[in-house]
Amino acid sequence: MAEKAYTGPITVDPVTRIEGHLKIDVEVKDGVIVNAWSSTQLFRGLELIVQGRPPEDVHNYVQRACGVCTTTHALTSIRAVENAIGFKPPAAAELVRLLILSSLDVHDHLVHFYHLHALDFFDMASAIKADAVAAAKLAAQVSGREVQPGDYFIVQARLKKFVEGGQLGWLTNAYFLGGHPSYRLTPEENLILASNYLEGLRIQMKLARAMAIFSGKNPHAQTMRVGGVTCYESMRPERIAEFRALYEESREFINHNFVGDVTILGRRYPEACVYGRTSNFFDFSDFHDPETGKNPFFRGGVMWKRSLKNVEEFDPAQLKEHVTHGWYKPGEPKHPYEGVTDPDYTGYDQNGKYSWAKAPRYKGEPMETGPLARRAMAYARGEKDTVTRLDAWLSACGLKPENLFSTLGRTASRMVESVVLVNRMEGWLNDLEARIKAGPVEIYKPWKMPDKAKGVGYCAVTRGGLSHWIRIEGGKTANYQMVVPSTWNLGPRCAAGKLSPVEESLVGVPVADPDRPVEILRTVHSFDPCIACAVHVIHAGKEKTFKVL
Amino acid sequence: MSSCTRISAKLLERQLDGGRMSRRDFMKFCGIVAAAMGMEASFGATVAQALESKKRPSVIYMHGAECTGCTEALLRSVDPYIDVLIMEIISLDYSETIMAAAGHASHLALEKAMKNPEGYVCTIEGAIPMRQGGVYGQVGGETMLSLFARVAGGAKAVIAMGSCACYGGIQAAEPNPSGAVGVGEALAAMGIKPINIAGCPPNPINYIGTVVHLLTKGMPVLDTVGRPKMFFGNTVHDKCERRKHFDAGEFAPSFESQQARDGWCLHLLGCRGPYTYNNCPTAQFNQTNWPVRAGAPCIGCSEPGFWDLLAPFNRDVRMKGEKA
Repeated sequence: MAEKAYTGPITVDPVTRIEGHLKIDVEVKDGVIVNAWSSTQLFRGLELIVQGRPPEDVHNYVQRACGVCTTTHALTSIRAVENAIGFKPPAAAELVRLLILSSLDVHDHLVHFYHLHALDFFDMASAIKADAVAAAKLAAQVSGREVQPGDYFIVQARLKKFVEGGQLGWLTNAYFLGGHPSYRLTPEENLILASNYLEGLRIQMKLARAMAIFSGKNPHAQTMRVGGVTCYESMRPERIAEFRALYEESREFINHNFVGDVTILGRRYPEACVYGRTSNFFDFSDFHDPETGKNPFFRGGVMWKRSLKNVEEFDPAQLKEHVTHGWYKPGEPKHPYEGVTDPDYTGYDQNGKYSWAKAPRYKGEPMETGPLARRAMAYARGEKDTVTRLDAWLSACGLKPENLFSTLGRTASRMVESVVLVNRMEGWLNDLEARIKAGPVEIYKPWKMPDKAKGVGYCAVTRGGLSHWIRIEGGKTANYQMVVPSTWNLGPRCAAGKLSPVEESLVGVPVADPDRPVEILRTVHSFDPCIACAVHVIHAGKEKTFKVL
Repeated sequence: MSSCTRISAKLLERQLDGGRMSRRDFMKFCGIVAAAMGMEASFGATVAQALESKKRPSVIYMHGAECTGCTEALLRSVDPYIDVLIMEIISLDYSETIMAAAGHASHLALEKAMKNPEGYVCTIEGAIPMRQGGVYGQVGGETMLSLFARVAGGAKAVIAMGSCACYGGIQAAEPNPSGAVGVGEALAAMGIKPINIAGCPPNPINYIGTVVHLLTKGMPVLDTVGRPKMFFGNTVHDKCERRKHFDAGEFAPSFESQQARDGWCLHLLGCRGPYTYNNCPTAQFNQTNWPVRAGAPCIGCSEPGFWDLLAPFNRDVRMKGEKA
């Protein structure tokens, strides 16, 4: 901590290690954040672009909302169109989609934790000083997986050569360089994280390859379409075996390394298991039974005031979007069905308009969505695998269930969700394999586009509840809207001046060094911001008013 | 030790040997890059020489109006792996997606990288919004237009990574709400002609091969829309594994048909392969697949303006007359 606690403003712009362009402003008093503003800095306008196009083509376009949670927008769009035309895809197609979506979710969680988030907690340079033998012992203890000290020697030698070479590349100006009071891992712990950072890069490549077996490529799947999937070439035992080998290798890493690393963080950063709280939560159901379309593996709902006692159903009619603090002409909060968007860039003003994002609210309240929302609801409902995994993490770190509602609790929820989901995937893979062995599988069925229809697609994606809404007229896309998780989590204030979840979570966060405010990064990153997704609910055209649905 | 750890230890060991990868693996990688560039195998030695210089060449990687899918594609690189690329081959001195620094510290990293006396290669992913002077996209309080002009203006070479940076991409599709254009168009007045690595996303080997070409032989030969001919010299159709069906007039009539199951040509189902210049069938994505092999028609994602010009994708291109 500096000699005297800091009082004053801090701006982080750009927030790096996220998807997209985000600016965070905070007001600090005596070393603690007392106010915060989240401002998205890019606008693209995808919904307007898809107007007038064939509904069955839209998934290609909106998939380009995001190349990180690539595929989720495509799938959600296809679900919206299938919902509109009253179509149920063949069960085998649903299985392939479940495998694509689950590989993506697990992949995305892994990349987020190791490559976008972990540098907020561990010091890559310090790993060089570690005792590799002690590190291997600790890693085995927290991960339940044997590690050879020789592996760590290799990582250390490589890091040493890199750092001594003087070209720090992507680590240039890292907050941890030269020491930072808020980086508290031992050299051995840093070595474990550094090693898994590097190994994680190889694992994510393999998980993406597994997905590409069904999706044709990754990023941006191309084999899913309205009617099912078309990857006949992948419906062979050799391809299933190829997927299985990549999947099993990745699962080992998730079940052990990911769990062990988040345990290390929970033990060393107890204060991050207290700050970073929000109040209310929601998410959608997903991973339904491929035959019946029922019994979702992820169950949606609403949770108020962090109460682990009660989970309500989500009522889409209670959703309204506010534009008071977004760069739009003034208007009343509206449901997406009646929404009007008339953008008007007026410059950055914390008391007025300061973001390209709208502010979605549920019953007038800001709601956090994503892994924490989903795991907290699963925990509250007593879902066994989530309860077991979360309790194991909490007890390994000496924490209580209320610590879940925090910066690190959010990250731990992401880890638990990855574990729960990666282990569920095997059942879907076995099911698909059995169908393939039994004979030719049906993965695509013809359908007919009606002249007029409307529908919605929901998806529980990496960052939270995603919904796409389509209205079809004359067989074409008359209107389209995406309500995305990062708008919920990272939008601005609403008409009533209520802070968005990320703004609320930053209040109360201590900042040890205002020039290197790593605690801000920890908390903002814990939401896994995906800003490209958050900002295309907007239409920039000045010349006309865009009615949403 | 599990098999996974063992494999990864072996890989790391290889790179450690002789400072980077083992000589053998390093030469193998150089040979793969040389082959992807359409060069003789012996050119691998020239590649190796260029990559073994004492200092790693600096790359500054900027993000405009995009989805980060191109960076994600680069993370999936195998020849070389992404960690080898950024630790042992290039110096990735600015990349908002993976860099450790944030805010002011990241800005200082950028300013420092731009003053590198040995220069740098500028890569831009994403289009540049032009409407209202560019306020629709800003980084650190500066419009992307102004920032990219500064960074690209001082670079030894400018690479436009992905179809958005090349030609405006998805956000430039009609009616182009933010006035997005590609790097070449936005910065034409400055005399900047980027190398266009087209694709949505591009295959990472096409990016890495271009960087290697710049280091070894200088500027690659480009086609009329700025793409390196070594990667974009053939249509997807030329090397397609379903080509024999096309030549035999064997077309799948529908996605549910037996012919679709049997891997017949997807031309009548909307495939844009014959009009699309790229190396997808030979380079493959993720070392295992590419859309047409999997069973999905090509949407022409490496062609300028494909979101409008090659759409709608849901039908035979000869029925395209009707406006989407």
